[in-house]
Amino acid sequence: MVRTFIVYVADHPGVLNRVSSLFRRRGYNIESLTVGHTHLPEISRMTVVVAIDAQGAPLVEANLYKLPEVLHVHDISSVPSLHRELVIVKVAASQDVRPEVMRVVEAFRARVLEVATESLVIEATGSEDVIDSLIEGVRPYGILEMTRTGRVAMTRGSAPVFAPGQVPPKGAAPFWNSGHLTVLRNCS
Amino acid sequence: MRTGAQILWECLIGEGVKHVFGYPGGAILPAYDALCGYPEIHHVLVRHEQGATHMADGYARAGGGVGVAMATSGPGATNMVTGIATAMMDSSPIVCITGQVGSKFLGTDAFQETDITGITLPITKHNYLVKRAEDVAPTLRAAFQLARSGRPGPVLVDITKDAQQSSCEFDRSAYIPMALTEGKQNFDADQYATAIDMINASERPVILAGHGVLLSNAMDELREFAERASIPIAMTLLGIGGFPASHPLNLGMMGMHGEAWVNHAIQEADLLLAFGMRFDDRVTGTLKTYAPHAKKIHVEIDPAEINKNVRVDIALLGDVRQVLTRLIPDLAREDRQRWLHYIDELKGDSAVRDIQKLPDSGHLYAAHVIHDLWRETNGNSIVVTDVGQHQMWEAQYYKHEQPRSLITSGGLGTMGFALPAAIGAKFARPEAEIWVIAGDGGFQMTMAELATAAQEELDLNIAVINNGYLGMVRQWQEFFYDRRYSATPLLSPDFAKLAEAFGLLGITARSRNQVAPAIREARQRRGTALINFMVEQEDSVFPMVPSGAALHQMIRRPSPLVETAASEA
Repeated sequence: MVRTFIVYVADHPGVLNRVSSLFRRRGYNIESLTVGHTHLPEISRMTVVVAIDAQGAPLVEANLYKLPEVLHVHDISSVPSLHRELVIVKVAASQDVRPEVMRVVEAFRARVLEVATESLVIEATGSEDVIDSLIEGVRPYGILEMTRTGRVAMTRGSAPVFAPGQVPPKGAAPFWNSGHLTVLRNCS
Repeated sequence: MRTGAQILWECLIGEGVKHVFGYPGGAILPAYDALCGYPEIHHVLVRHEQGATHMADGYARAGGGVGVAMATSGPGATNMVTGIATAMMDSSPIVCITGQVGSKFLGTDAFQETDITGITLPITKHNYLVKRAEDVAPTLRAAFQLARSGRPGPVLVDITKDAQQSSCEFDRSAYIPMALTEGKQNFDADQYATAIDMINASERPVILAGHGVLLSNAMDELREFAERASIPIAMTLLGIGGFPASHPLNLGMMGMHGEAWVNHAIQEADLLLAFGMRFDDRVTGTLKTYAPHAKKIHVEIDPAEINKNVRVDIALLGDVRQVLTRLIPDLAREDRQRWLHYIDELKGDSAVRDIQKLPDSGHLYAAHVIHDLWRETNGNSIVVTDVGQHQMWEAQYYKHEQPRSLITSGGLGTMGFALPAAIGAKFARPEAEIWVIAGDGGFQMTMAELATAAQEELDLNIAVINNGYLGMVRQWQEFFYDRRYSATPLLSPDFAKLAEAFGLLGITARSRNQVAPAIREARQRRGTALINFMVEQEDSVFPMVPSGAALHQMIRRPSPLVETAASEA
């Protein structure tokens, strides 16, 4: 089964390498990993989807916390949450089939980004299931090119998973609020 | 204003560092140049950077502080990899400082450039690339704190040449080491109450004492715990010394080469109390049949070890000493006579198989050498072993009463560890008697460090257990590969003459009656002495749990020994 982790990390060069190296050497199978800035300065957020059972999940969390640049880990697999993925797909769509392709686009509330003579570029966001269905919907016309972002996720409700200045979560990295992050930023 | 190189040394002094094990080179030259201004640092010139890391490791393990190793970029840094991985596996706090090419040359494949932070990423707790003089001090503070905090381990700081050369403001007097951070704890009253109930209700408990006992200085607490509840203690290899060998509750080492009664006790236990150990495959045998009747309580500072190899019923996270201190007051006083008596009966069967019972047949056995060394030193020496058969014989036959008196590469199993680690240990504990025990194979891997011992005029004793084979591999070939001794016969130099070539004392012993006199001569000699013990070539370590077998399914000592001993009786 797959589990979803939200991981807050210091926004330093090399952090992604450290996280992915950890997953590789422990043999955790990454289904998807996305990373980007947050509204907090110098803090990035990852959504990591890992194929692992419930018994193994605490080990993933504990191992992540062994990296000093990991600030907070939250396994949201059993928490009500929103999952989204974005896909961009280039579909072969000559004039004669184009209306049919457009019906698929509308059915999935996807958007057309580009119209070329022999193709359409379609963009859609949704859960993985919806994206999978969209892809199957356009596959018969010929997929020329495709890219998916992997899952990004957020818990429902107003409480944030992580906020600056909040009490250190259980198992927090040893350098929480110790001024260490500046060192890490300059020297990693 | 100070240069980055000066700041480096002043930080090390601020951290209490007195010894640095290193080897100079191009990218670390500014640091070595600045070293001239800091006579309070004793720099030990090694012969290979791997030696520097093992020395730092031995220094940390013997003395309890942080060991420091230094090397240049490129090959200097990559030579450190084995020593860093060794320290990582055995939770030994060392800080490795490497020079790096100038920051403008990073990523250009410059001369002696290597991505050492990338290379050591999986084998350090953390590592840093420092590119500005301003970052030297805060990085070193953080590095020392990280190396010592929680579960200790190696940290690498890579400093570019221009960061060493450029200058910035630095107030040496304001340098204060960072306080250690608390590890993750769960002082949950319910968990503790459940644990206490399980312990008090158990009839056949066994404590598994690991390296964590030593790292948290929990020796007194462990003893109080065990004595109060009359619980026998089995030791991991790295746990040896955490509880006196002569104590009636000490069963000895468990695992692949543990004595039969220890492994049987674990397999028949109804409760295992794992203190600062990680259920390595060398101590569990196959997990399917490991301690099938036992509930398990794991006391451990590293949450990533909980349920990693063995599912446990209760996990008490935190420093072993703190956890035991909380448990002891609620521990019921028990005598557990039946259980202890039962284990004593198991010992009887093994005792007659003991090689010590063998009459002197003219053959010299490694076990005899270790036994005599233990007797001659009254068990008071620090012993630093290499890896292989002699390491297991040492663990079986040298009875350690004191903590930090056995220094050995357990997790990584690094051949070549002993001599450099002993050199480091000697600097940490100059008053202590130190014996290196190494095989003829492993010793040849790092024997160049004899020159370091000679140059530093160290008082070390070295026992080379010379059987002409890579003995442990040969043993596996004998048992599991139809005696096909592929690439294990080994030619060695005359080690005694080799020692003499370094200006050291070299002795050769070929029979049992030469063992004690040779040990005495080496001990009397000021300066390093090496004894080449020519031992039985095809001797094996028993008992042995074959890889993949259950812990109680041991290959026992061969029956001829039993028969000989029986006929003698």
